[in-house]
Amino acid sequence: MTRPTPEALAQRAAAHRTATPSAPPAPVQMTGAQSLVKSLEALGVEVMFGIPGGAILPAYDPIFDSTVRHILVRHEQGAGHAATGYAQATGKVGVCIATSGPGATNLVTPIADAYMDSVPIVAITGQVARPAIGTDAFQEADIQGITLPITKHNFLIRSGDDIPQVLAEAFHLASTGRPGPVLVDIPKDVLTNQTSFAWPPVLDLPGYRPTLHPHGKQIREAARLIGTAKRPVLYVGGGVLKAQATEALMELAELTGAPVVTTLMARGAFPDSHPQHLGMPGMHGTVAAVYALQRSDLLITLGARFDDRVTGKLESFAPDAQIIHADIDPAEIGKNRAVDVPIVGDAQHVITELVTALAGTEEAAQQRLKDWWTQLDQMRDTYPLGYEEPSDGTLAPQYVIERIGAIAGPDAIYVAGVGQHQMWASQFIKYEKPNTWLNSGGAGTMGYAVPAAMGAKVGQPGTVVWAIDGDGCFQMTNQELATCALEGIPIKVAVINNGNLGMVRQWQTLFYGERYSNTDLGTHKHRIPDFVKLAEALGCIGLRCETAADVDKTIAAAMEINDAPVVVEFVVGKDAMVWPMVAAGTGNDEIMFARGVRPIFDEDDL
Amino acid sequence: MAAKHTLSVLVENKPGVLARVSGLFSRRGFNIDSLAVGETEHAEISRITIVVDAEQQPLEQVTKQLNKLINVLKIVELEPAASVQRELLLVKVRADRPIRSQVLETVQLFRARVVDVAPDALTIEATGTSEKLEALLRDLEPFGIKEMVQSGRVAIGRGSRSITAAPALRSAA
Repeated sequence: MTRPTPEALAQRAAAHRTATPSAPPAPVQMTGAQSLVKSLEALGVEVMFGIPGGAILPAYDPIFDSTVRHILVRHEQGAGHAATGYAQATGKVGVCIATSGPGATNLVTPIADAYMDSVPIVAITGQVARPAIGTDAFQEADIQGITLPITKHNFLIRSGDDIPQVLAEAFHLASTGRPGPVLVDIPKDVLTNQTSFAWPPVLDLPGYRPTLHPHGKQIREAARLIGTAKRPVLYVGGGVLKAQATEALMELAELTGAPVVTTLMARGAFPDSHPQHLGMPGMHGTVAAVYALQRSDLLITLGARFDDRVTGKLESFAPDAQIIHADIDPAEIGKNRAVDVPIVGDAQHVITELVTALAGTEEAAQQRLKDWWTQLDQMRDTYPLGYEEPSDGTLAPQYVIERIGAIAGPDAIYVAGVGQHQMWASQFIKYEKPNTWLNSGGAGTMGYAVPAAMGAKVGQPGTVVWAIDGDGCFQMTNQELATCALEGIPIKVAVINNGNLGMVRQWQTLFYGERYSNTDLGTHKHRIPDFVKLAEALGCIGLRCETAADVDKTIAAAMEINDAPVVVEFVVGKDAMVWPMVAAGTGNDEIMFARGVRPIFDEDDL
Repeated sequence: MAAKHTLSVLVENKPGVLARVSGLFSRRGFNIDSLAVGETEHAEISRITIVVDAEQQPLEQVTKQLNKLINVLKIVELEPAASVQRELLLVKVRADRPIRSQVLETVQLFRARVVDVAPDALTIEATGTSEKLEALLRDLEPFGIKEMVQSGRVAIGRGSRSITAAPALRSAA
């Protein structure tokens, strides 16, 4: 599956713009609804996820005959996350479609989610007819106003003639620069009225000029700092994956010899098996990765945004480090942390130009970084990622997740929900390839996993897709398994059932004196719901595993089934906790390796 | 230290643009002191003048965030020394016979204008910098201010250069 490069996208947009005026495409008369579907076809859309309803109904008539596959979901939230999963697994724009009012507002969560994680999706919503707008009509909601703060841009189409142009602009905005969600709201009468359709349309976005190529002076300055730093760290974020810059990153890493840390959004951007990889930084990152940032003298920040979950208390984050910050979004630079070398540009170009500027410095770097690596290796050896077997004899959730990763291997795509299971999946599955790890990082949307896995499987049908979900998350969006069963989307779901809202319970254990207010879901005590029966009721194969001895064979059994979705309930202990941990509001230096165990960051080493 | 900054924001003249701009300020936690919107010499471009109270670093952040709005074409900070900045004030002042001449004297002093007359009140129009309008109000206060309304600040750079003339404005995306 190849993704378009930034240049290809820019050229595509340019081609739209310069559509030779000498030979204008002859406009064809049709309804607005037909124009919408024609536009989606012309934009190369393969699939959209949605649910029809009153205001969007005119569009569903031409959808019936379209080459674009429409997947009928069970809840609009599922459509939105599926579009996100599809986009994250393929790099293409994901499309979801819903009706006005509640249909549109049900898309709000996935749109906010895609905004936080910069995922290119286009959401199409029906709106009440133009004369009814503003009258509190049936199923009216000001979805443009509602999604103003959570979209890269949004449109309310006021004339059918604008449909092709707006759709082309929406796709261009979603997929270029810093990607993000774009919403297109279309009143019902615009869909039913006659209009003229002409393709390609001319894009008119005079205020939109993303910078792809970095400034040469900043690259030289960055190279100069990298060439003298004694304790550099490559701090890699999701932008590197979005820019498909992972091969260039490998070159840069090996050229500089610097340690690499990959954030939650960047897992898979650099192989976990590579000796320079220290793992994930942040609240539940590895001790070595956190230590590296804290003791670094130079952070080479690539497509990351100094999120609070990475920095901990900002004032004490990487206190000795100079900062090189490269991002395609100028507003990220200097937002949270003052920067020494700001670089605005696409990560692909930035990294490639850094590689060129640093050519031939490999050996000198090796010498210079010797002491640094001695310290880092010591941290890595002393505080490796690990977990303790539960003392009560229950199944360790970390073990289950580790085994899924080992058996399904580095070619599979792993899609997590939000909570403890998400953190364990980011820690104990070894990612070797880009776009094999999907999760809701910025928004932390419980319920993301099942529909996003569905979208990922639709985008990569030849790849095994495992959703790693919790019993809390799973109960939020599992109805999309009916969609998967009926539409032939054989995903695999591991429900890591610890009977509780595990991460919340962990905080109650640590910070609320073990007062477990409203975190017991009854999925252990009462087995409500019975996940195996639930899976079967939704047309899936249901499996259950309760002992360590059965883990491998249950996973193997799930791997054998490729003609239906599979749900495996793993009944695991409720007391397992995610470690290491930097408690919210504390500094990274206060990282706890395990309960009551604080690593020693030896100041004398520096 | 926080200080008032005057930003001229050129935007596409499209529905909802003002909501995008003002919403951005509130959700990113910036206070707008004053805001004025109007047409420009180009029909497709509107101009929003925003006075914001912010330190340099947050000001830079809000400018970058504004620049990310797709409908925003250009942002220029107008320095007080290098620009003309004006506000409009309409104020209804108590002015019955014994004090009317004193009110009129104040009006003249500030080169303001009387735009409406009633037996016991005068409505005064004044334009100027906020400092001048504040001074006028201070002098009128003792007579009794019955009602007042004030516009947002508008501003334009001094000299012959025009911020709306730059070719970047209409260059294709």
